[in-house]
Amino acid sequence: MIELRNISKSFGDKEVIKNFSFVCEKGKTNLIIGASGSGKTVTMKCMVGLFEPNSGQVLYDGENFTGMSLKDRKKIRREMGMLFQGGALFDSMTVEQNVIFPLSMFTEMSDEEKRERANFCLTRVNLENVNHLYPSEISGGMKKRVAIARAISLQPKYLFCDEPNSGLDPKTSIVIDELIREITYEYQITTLVITHDMGSVMEIGDRVAFFHDGQKAWEGDKNQILETDNQLVVDFVYASEFMKEVRRIKRSATK
Amino acid sequence: MNTIRHLGAYYLLMARVFSRPEKPALYRRQTFAEIEKLGLGSLGIVAIISIFMGAVITIQAAFGFESPWIPLYAVGVTTRDSVLLEFSPTIVSLILAGKVGSNIASEIGTMKVSEQIDALEIMGINSASYLILPKIIAAVFINPFLIVISMFLGLLGGYLFGVLTGVVTPHEYVYGIQFDFRPFKVVYALAKTVVFAFIITSVASYHGYRTKGGALEVGQSSTKAVVYSSIVILIFNFILTQLLLA
Repeated sequence: MIELRNISKSFGDKEVIKNFSFVCEKGKTNLIIGASGSGKTVTMKCMVGLFEPNSGQVLYDGENFTGMSLKDRKKIRREMGMLFQGGALFDSMTVEQNVIFPLSMFTEMSDEEKRERANFCLTRVNLENVNHLYPSEISGGMKKRVAIARAISLQPKYLFCDEPNSGLDPKTSIVIDELIREITYEYQITTLVITHDMGSVMEIGDRVAFFHDGQKAWEGDKNQILETDNQLVVDFVYASEFMKEVRRIKRSATK
Repeated sequence: MNTIRHLGAYYLLMARVFSRPEKPALYRRQTFAEIEKLGLGSLGIVAIISIFMGAVITIQAAFGFESPWIPLYAVGVTTRDSVLLEFSPTIVSLILAGKVGSNIASEIGTMKVSEQIDALEIMGINSASYLILPKIIAAVFINPFLIVISMFLGLLGGYLFGVLTGVVTPHEYVYGIQFDFRPFKVVYALAKTVVFAFIITSVASYHGYRTKGGALEVGQSSTKAVVYSSIVILIFNFILTQLLLA
């Protein structure tokens, strides 16, 4: 479980996160959603220690991550997996080498064991026969899957996904979403997904926090989000003409 | 004020770079890869420049020593001292600052803007040490070899073109490069090379590591890396010359 307690973060005079609290439960996909520039990614970076919050605490299974020394943080970081927006695969390494990299760094596995584990992870994300390709030779969806394979290679306790569907077509987005959900349930990982894609929300949103102007404006699950009267959430969810039409049909059906 | 801030940030980065590596075996492998990339990859350009610079120094020296009062072997002496003391260690290092420095800054800068460095940090890896330390060790190790090759090829170029153009005889040239030779000149050149190798890799890495933004900023970091490492090389060239030769 990851708990955020009253997190605030400013850059100069600009307050990006204002007193944000949220609990990410184990074995569930927890989502932070909101418009672009609302502070979602900054929140995630504060959670993993890439940014330091000005105030508040981030607790990993009760341990205060924000107050830890760099050495202690490393121990928790080794239990984290992260899927970045662009994949962040290492350009100079092949797909297989990318997945093997964390194993080489933190385990004493033999080369054969590392290759076996990498193949297992790649198969788990439905990737085969790409081991010797470089990131520049594979599609965006494949890059995301390789990044997931790399993230799960060390069997993390916490998985962070920053806009996992950005730049992907709707069909591939569903594949990635399903993969994140399956992995979360299968390995009982605490997963946090940052997104503004309503498709993802409806697909995997076990717990959802809606972020607006650096603050939590609403919290619930994927079923509640369609029913809420919170005007900020309504404006966000039903922003497109398509969703407005869905809402109109749904309301007329209810009447 | 800005300079002091940069010096502070550079020092803090170097403190991270020289902290204990997570897995020394991986760093060793990375260092050998860097030796190949930074050292062997620069051999061609160093060889071409050294041969032609040696040739030009010889011809220019011969042109300046037309007086009958100056013996012809002075051409060899001048070529040797120019190549050993200044051309090979300093000018070749400045050329490497352009080639290797821009390569390092753009590589690390691209990794920074594409979140690859963040990915390393999230894994619990000291990204500064993992990416920069092997480059520094590789350059400090391989650059002296490059400079020795440059010295040899510079003198060889002077010999070949000097003899071919008829400005100096083989005997006079060889006598000249042996005349009053002091091995300390080579030690001085190699000491400078080691310092310059550290400057090239660390300054370029610093600028790459500080990159924020996108492709434009990567290009700017690359330019800054070349400009600042060249300036620092020239300053340290003066300091080391004053310390070792004055």
